[in-house]
Amino acid sequence: MTAVLEVEGLTTRFPFSGRRVPIVDDVTLSVGRGQVLALVGESGCGKSMTALSILRLVPKPGSVDGVVRLDGREIQSLPVSEMRQIRGHEIAMIFQEPMTSLNPVTTVGAQVVEAIRLHEKVRKPEARGRARDLFGQVGIPDPEARLDAYPHQLSGGLKQRVMIAMALSTRPKVLIADEPSTALDVTIQAQLLELLRQIQRDTGMAILLITHDLGVVNELSDHVAVMYAGRIIEEGTREEVLGSARHPYTTGLLRSIPALAPRGEKLAEIPGVVPSPDQWPEGCRFAPRCARAFDPCPERVPRPSGLSDSHRVCCHAVAEELAG
Amino acid sequence: METWVVSNIVVAVLVAGAVWSGVYVRRSEMWAQAARELWRRSPVALLVVSLYVGIALVDSVSWIGGDGVGEDTVALHEARSPIDRLFADFREESYSAPLAAVTFSGETPLLHPGTHLFGTDLLGRDILHQVLKGARIALLIGGVTSLLAIPLALFFGVSAGYFGGRTDDAVFFLMSVLSSIPSLLLLIVLVMVMDKSTLSVCIALAVTSWVGFCRISRGETLKLRELEYVQAARALGIGPVRIMYRHILPNLMHLVVITFVLMFSGLVLSEVILSWLGIGVDGSWGRMIDQARDELSRDPIVWWNLSAAGAALFGLLLAVNFVGDAVRDILDPRTLRENL
Amino acid sequence: MLAYVVRRIAYGVVVVAGVLLLLFVLFFAVTDPNDIARRALGDKVPPDVIEQWKANHGYDKPLWPWQAADNLLFDHFRRMVTFDFGRSDADDAPIVDRIRRGIGPSLVLSVPMFAAGLLLGVVLALFVAFFRETYIDAAGVFVCVLAMSISILLYIIGAQYVVAKLLHWFPISGFDPAPDVVARFLAMPVLVGVLTGFGGDVRFYRTVFVEETSRDYVRTARAKGCGEGRIMLWHVLKNGMIPILTRVVLAIPFLFTGSLLLESFFGIPGLGSITVDAINGNDFSTLRTMVFIFSLLFVVGQIAVDVSYSLVDPRVRLE
Repeated sequence: MTAVLEVEGLTTRFPFSGRRVPIVDDVTLSVGRGQVLALVGESGCGKSMTALSILRLVPKPGSVDGVVRLDGREIQSLPVSEMRQIRGHEIAMIFQEPMTSLNPVTTVGAQVVEAIRLHEKVRKPEARGRARDLFGQVGIPDPEARLDAYPHQLSGGLKQRVMIAMALSTRPKVLIADEPSTALDVTIQAQLLELLRQIQRDTGMAILLITHDLGVVNELSDHVAVMYAGRIIEEGTREEVLGSARHPYTTGLLRSIPALAPRGEKLAEIPGVVPSPDQWPEGCRFAPRCARAFDPCPERVPRPSGLSDSHRVCCHAVAEELAG
Repeated sequence: METWVVSNIVVAVLVAGAVWSGVYVRRSEMWAQAARELWRRSPVALLVVSLYVGIALVDSVSWIGGDGVGEDTVALHEARSPIDRLFADFREESYSAPLAAVTFSGETPLLHPGTHLFGTDLLGRDILHQVLKGARIALLIGGVTSLLAIPLALFFGVSAGYFGGRTDDAVFFLMSVLSSIPSLLLLIVLVMVMDKSTLSVCIALAVTSWVGFCRISRGETLKLRELEYVQAARALGIGPVRIMYRHILPNLMHLVVITFVLMFSGLVLSEVILSWLGIGVDGSWGRMIDQARDELSRDPIVWWNLSAAGAALFGLLLAVNFVGDAVRDILDPRTLRENL
Repeated sequence: MLAYVVRRIAYGVVVVAGVLLLLFVLFFAVTDPNDIARRALGDKVPPDVIEQWKANHGYDKPLWPWQAADNLLFDHFRRMVTFDFGRSDADDAPIVDRIRRGIGPSLVLSVPMFAAGLLLGVVLALFVAFFRETYIDAAGVFVCVLAMSISILLYIIGAQYVVAKLLHWFPISGFDPAPDVVARFLAMPVLVGVLTGFGGDVRFYRTVFVEETSRDYVRTARAKGCGEGRIMLWHVLKNGMIPILTRVVLAIPFLFTGSLLLESFFGIPGLGSITVDAINGNDFSTLRTMVFIFSLLFVVGQIAVDVSYSLVDPRVRLE
């Protein structure tokens, strides 16, 4: 498997009560060509910030370190003008809030046309024609009329379809989808995920899917990375992570979901809440909430231990099991 | 009662009020934190404002008789503040330049050569003295007007927002009418039809400036009224007056503070324009500037009285504006941005 | 849409009636017509002259409708609504003629001032907002606060003294509508007008723009590869124009009235000068008329704002 997008040691810091706290801490990921990698975690764990860091869209006063490779080419230190050519052209992104992510005073057609014409030298009528085709492709009924609609005239589901059309407009290599269906009704969610799967099949585009919903992960992803408090704590193929998860956080997460929990057992919950970034503990950040925590957990950051070629877990307890 | 007695009482009340609010701010976590943040952000502006307030307070305390009466027989029967006493017997015949030794028009030696820091005016009065006294007038205009306008705005705004319906319609109509008349013109008309005193200028300023805050407090009340705890209080059968007093007013206090500071500079600037139209307050910086305007055409020009009054005015407004910005940013990042 | 406009205009009419009533109370109920007469004629005039003067100006009628069918209140409303403003209290000249003569000079002064102020304000605000959270931004805001803290009176005196008296660049005051010289007379008042307004304007526009740059659609634009300049000039400016429009359209009625102080100081015979003369001369009838006209224009402007929202903001549907 060749990786189209690789992220190594990505660290994003924000000032927090006088210190620069790493909201995203040493994250390493790789998305294979034509693959869907799901980045999973509770809200506030840094998944969205990871996505923004890849595109260098982190708001001030955040700062980003680490290596990002697109098709083997390092893009993290490109000048702004070249980075702009990558955004929306080679890596496209769609956001969680379709309600506010479109410019309210411009027609949706014009916004898709803008996305095309920012990266390709095409005339307006031609770009408009392509926008209409894209609208058809993402399942927007009556695309010609919808081109001239304003965002407020469309439903949430349609708006997200417009966002997807905009993202697809320049046939990017990677699509970063940040909670694409969270803000929508359940039935619309299913349709939207089906659309993403179909697009992924048709175009062979790689997708970095960011979600907190393990159901979505199960339906869509090839690989899964689980994030907790700014760090990746477990990753592997979908079967490995969902079927034989080892990290106490992942197992807890899985057991708390009705559809995935073992039948007949009581639904479990993970005690406590995700601490805020300025209160992250020193060693393993999950230690204070972990039933299996022992001596080294609060002190040393656990290194990844490999369970298979693809399955890696960052946990002292698992490492000890493997060693002993 | 004599005005000087009233003035002394007001000073006492103000000092007591300041001490009380100081204690209150120290006790309340939110306000104490806001005060610390304010001090951290703009210490210089705060010090400048306190300096002006201090001068105004000192100038507001006065009594009859005492030291420094000297040759001035009028002073025997006149209440004078410590600042007046400091400048007693400090007059010249006519104009003199700052720190000059001789009169401006000739070579006659001055009575107090080299001591008039900002020079003297046409009647030989010390400019520094007048500028210091102007601080009291400026703060009086800003303070008394706010004291009239803010309760008025709160009363109408909160009742309109809370009761809605007819009350709201009536208040909204009143606001529409008042805000349809350009405020400077309404101000002028009000001052013209009332007798010309400091109080009527303040009343006129209050009438023209309460509408803005009324609109804000009405909007906030509309929002607060729908909040769960207010709904719960209503469901428990608590009366509207008590709900407004206990649950709505405290949540408007930060807006009151912001409005007070932001309104202030506008009020003082309006008084300057009134002074130019001849309907301002005696002894204000606006009056000084207006009177000094014609002196610029003299040759050689008399520039010091205009500059002194202008600088004093500018200094106060600049400091107040900076404090206002900081207060707004600290207490409320959003609500007021587009309204004030 | 039409229903909305009709209802909006109806409310405007009611508000104007409220303004008229307020003016009546201020000018006739609070101020005694005898007092007006004495202010116009002087204190030592015999009573019969005052009665005669009151009769000439129509001030001799009873105030309220319940006192007589032919009363001052109805008279006041009828005159104002039909634009039959009568004669000046001060010199008996017809007020309508005076207003007609004043509109031209007022517009000549205020249209360039308005255009220059708006353009300068928006451009500077975009510039400052583009550099938000840098020293350029902080310096820009500082200059705005500085400019806001100076009284218009000081601006005027400063301009007249430095530019006109010391440098002799422009005449100190005066007005000549001949096209080849008019600019020389307008330069300074326009400059002062722009200076007094720009502090508050730039700060307000900047806040609007900075707030827009933190919105989600700006993030979307960045994610599709849009440059910061294009984001500012296309996305942010277009959205920011909605709150700016409110401020701007409400300022348009004041184009006719010009600026009270500027016109008077620089000797431009516009509506502002007329108003100031009326204030100085205790000319209540002219003052009353001017207040009414300004309020009328303001109400019309407000209706224009509400209706024009639907032109700029597709989300607004007039109902």
